[in-house]
Amino acid sequence: MTRTPLRPLARVLEARAKGQNPAAIERENIHKRHEEMRDSTRARAEGRLLVLAAFFFCAFAVVGTRMGVMATAEPREPIASASGASIATQRGDIVDRQGRILATNFETHSLYAQPPLMVDPMAAADGLVQIFSDLDKDRLVKDFTGKRKFLWIKKRISPEQKQAVHDLGDPGLLFGPREMRLYPNGQLAAHVLGGAGFGKEGVSAAEVIGVAGVEKKFDTYLRDPANGAKPLQLSLDLTVQAAVERVLFGGMKIMNAKGASAVLMDVHTGEVISAASLPSFDPNDRPRPPTSGFDPSDSPLFNRYVQGVYELGSVYKIFTAAQAVDLGLVNSNTIIDTSGPMRIGRFPIGEFQGKNYGKLSVADIIVKSSNRGTGRLAIQIGGKRQQQFLDGLGMFDPTPFEIVEAAGGKPLLPKKWGELSTVTISYGHGLSTSPMHLAAGYAAIANGGNYVSPTILKKTGAQYGPRVMSNNAAKQARAMLRKVVTSGTASFGEVPGYEVGGKTGTADKPKPRGGYYDKKVIATFASIFPMSDPKYVLVVTLDEPSILAYGEKRRTAGWTAVPVAAELIGRVAPLLGLRPKVEQPDPAAIRLTAN
Amino acid sequence: MTEMVYGAAPDRGGEPILPKWWRTLDKWSMSCVLILFVIGLLLGLAASPPLASRNGFDPFHYVERQAFFGGVAILAMLLTSMMSPTLVRRLAVLGFLVSFVALALLPFLGTDFGKGAVRWYSLGFASLQPSEFLKPGFVVVVAWMFAASQEINGPPGRLWSFALCMAIVGMLVMQPDFGQACLVLFGWGVMYFVAGAPMLLLVIMAGVVVLGGMLAYSSSEHFARRIDGFLSPEVDPTTQLGYATNAIMEGGLFGVGVGEGQVKWSLPDAHTDFIIAVAAEEYGLILVMMIIALYAMIVVRSLLRLMRERDPFIRLAGTGLACMFGVQAMINMGVAVRLLPAKGMTLPFVSYGGSSLIAGGIAVGMLLAFTRTRPQGGLGEILRGRG
Repeated sequence: MTRTPLRPLARVLEARAKGQNPAAIERENIHKRHEEMRDSTRARAEGRLLVLAAFFFCAFAVVGTRMGVMATAEPREPIASASGASIATQRGDIVDRQGRILATNFETHSLYAQPPLMVDPMAAADGLVQIFSDLDKDRLVKDFTGKRKFLWIKKRISPEQKQAVHDLGDPGLLFGPREMRLYPNGQLAAHVLGGAGFGKEGVSAAEVIGVAGVEKKFDTYLRDPANGAKPLQLSLDLTVQAAVERVLFGGMKIMNAKGASAVLMDVHTGEVISAASLPSFDPNDRPRPPTSGFDPSDSPLFNRYVQGVYELGSVYKIFTAAQAVDLGLVNSNTIIDTSGPMRIGRFPIGEFQGKNYGKLSVADIIVKSSNRGTGRLAIQIGGKRQQQFLDGLGMFDPTPFEIVEAAGGKPLLPKKWGELSTVTISYGHGLSTSPMHLAAGYAAIANGGNYVSPTILKKTGAQYGPRVMSNNAAKQARAMLRKVVTSGTASFGEVPGYEVGGKTGTADKPKPRGGYYDKKVIATFASIFPMSDPKYVLVVTLDEPSILAYGEKRRTAGWTAVPVAAELIGRVAPLLGLRPKVEQPDPAAIRLTAN
Repeated sequence: MTEMVYGAAPDRGGEPILPKWWRTLDKWSMSCVLILFVIGLLLGLAASPPLASRNGFDPFHYVERQAFFGGVAILAMLLTSMMSPTLVRRLAVLGFLVSFVALALLPFLGTDFGKGAVRWYSLGFASLQPSEFLKPGFVVVVAWMFAASQEINGPPGRLWSFALCMAIVGMLVMQPDFGQACLVLFGWGVMYFVAGAPMLLLVIMAGVVVLGGMLAYSSSEHFARRIDGFLSPEVDPTTQLGYATNAIMEGGLFGVGVGEGQVKWSLPDAHTDFIIAVAAEEYGLILVMMIIALYAMIVVRSLLRLMRERDPFIRLAGTGLACMFGVQAMINMGVAVRLLPAKGMTLPFVSYGGSSLIAGGIAVGMLLAFTRTRPQGGLGEILRGRG
């Protein structure tokens, strides 16, 4: 709208000449414009008001319709489970590689009270105390007679207890169905399974959530109703696991160790067939985590094979030897001078019990476990290449093993990787890793040089990762490992028919405030069997073992971890379906009997 | 010339007030309001005895109070509806100022009656909720500002009113009283819409709301669960909503009979927020449909009458009042039938509550004053042209 005031002087004069009042004319103009504006805005508002009226009419109609639909619907009994609709029950089962149950669900009941409905609170409290000895009677009476309208009494009760409470006959004592997690095998594979607890709770249902192990790692999968019928299949073998835990427990007791762990891994797939950490616990009744101030490894919840990050000692030597062969620096017969003294900076590098081996072949360096020998090899390899190699074996990151605790097993690396670190790490000191890391490293040697990542899920076919060393290097390393058992530090490891090869490692335990204990060691034996066609890696670790043998306190792995490992292999190999290799019968003898 | 000879034209302002009021009043709407009030008393007879017995009064204590306050409210409504729009505007602006100050002073002088939100002044014999009285005043002030902004050389009324609206919403949210805050925001939005909000802005706003809702649904698990719970057909029978749903189902077409209902014994808010459930249970669908029809009639009739109105102030103020009234009723009933998420909102004229009743009476009185028949266009122009 353009303004047309009567401003121009010409028009004002014209109006004056005609005897008109210019002010009145201007007022008239403005009034006219005002009226026009009102009409135009009314035209627009009319449409919008109509829209509003239609909106309100429709909205009220919808409310009315809905009211009608609800009122004419058949009234039905309120469904008791309605409030639990949002709580997904039926957590998926967990089974071993043969489909045997490791974890399943079990229907129980919870017990709660609604005091306003109670007939005789005193009698109810009396009866409850007789059924559940851990309840406090005064407390119950106070709750029942107070203002509370609802209270939980027991989260889970057995069918017998339920019947007993039912027989009390008080209408204020009520039961809610509860699905609980059941581990029928008790302590078996406790650290893998972890455990489960209740999450969101309602009267008629409670959410079961994983709190540790695979239960937590695969919580969303297990809770997803879409996977309902399909259980989570693990790579564990129930029978093997049982045998491993039994034998390891016996070995731990004989060797007076405070803890022990064993990892049995398929070298081609990375599947963990058995993993045990002692002392153990019952996932059906998971203990509380230790309060601060204790060494976490004292708790049974501590998972030694992934969280037990220690310097594992001489078991690392084979990696140094294998890399030296792989790089073409040496072969297993190359002679290395291991005589001392040897110093890196101001640190002397010594041998076990101050021995001096003189000139040794590379194979004999492994067999005799010479620190100076591997140190010299490592200096030839160089720190950079050593780091690349160990990184390739996964020694620098937490293992990808699929239980939540594995992420906590982060290797401890030297802050600065100097020449001293290169030398000490070549024989397994200065780099702390878990037994699971070690098992993966040995699997690479066993399968011909391919990295495999440790897994708890069942796989089919070889699962090779990137190649970390040549087949030839792996083969020579295996020959050295075999020699360690036949004529070296692990001579107790021989199991007739199963051609065990492996390397021992004995490392002093670090003190919490720096330095090392004198007489506390971690004894490790990492083994591969059968050597002619490697199938499995077994890493056995004993925490602070000591045994009296031939009049001496012995702590080294050769006296402690190795015999336990040998017993394990002898027990487990038949369960794994391995045939003992028997000596070839003399062809002549066959001919003789044929005649 | 004519004036000079015969004097001024006879002024029709001399017509007596009552006949003029009765002639121009929207009698249908007023009847609806009166019927609603009677229904409210009737439902109070059914719904409030349990509350009275809980609080240790005689069974019909609340009904008596409701009747007293209802009488005051109707008187206020009649008086207000007799005023001219200008007088309504002046009084409403004054009322708005007073209640605005009262609202601002609530955090210092108000009480929360142990309910967690400071919304009331305690006057001993009764309590007063300033936000109830603020709403009609607010509508009038905003309408005035919008109308002024449409005049030639008018002030920027939209901006002012928006700032005012935000200030009030802020104060209400701080109480906290999200229901009233939404209502105030909605009232302003409706008036802006009728006053000619640009189409583009409306489209953009609708888009933002839809997009924001979808984003919140997909990103916030908490939000998604609430929406899912609200959309799911199952309802926990032990919640207020569960009781209300059950009561509506029990009632069926004709209800379980006067005084036979059960829901009033289990619902703490049976006499206010869930009174429609009591109505549905005891009197059945028939009465509920009648209540809905009465509200719809008041709102739709008022809006249609306002379509003819040329004065922007009257149009806007009437629109705001009618829409707020309608939306409040709709939200209350929508919650009971689970069309909307739970939100405490009284049913105007039917629910028990002193301030809400009197404030409702004043608001409807204003609405009736604005929807009175007035000379529009043709004839009015001629009369004015003579002056």
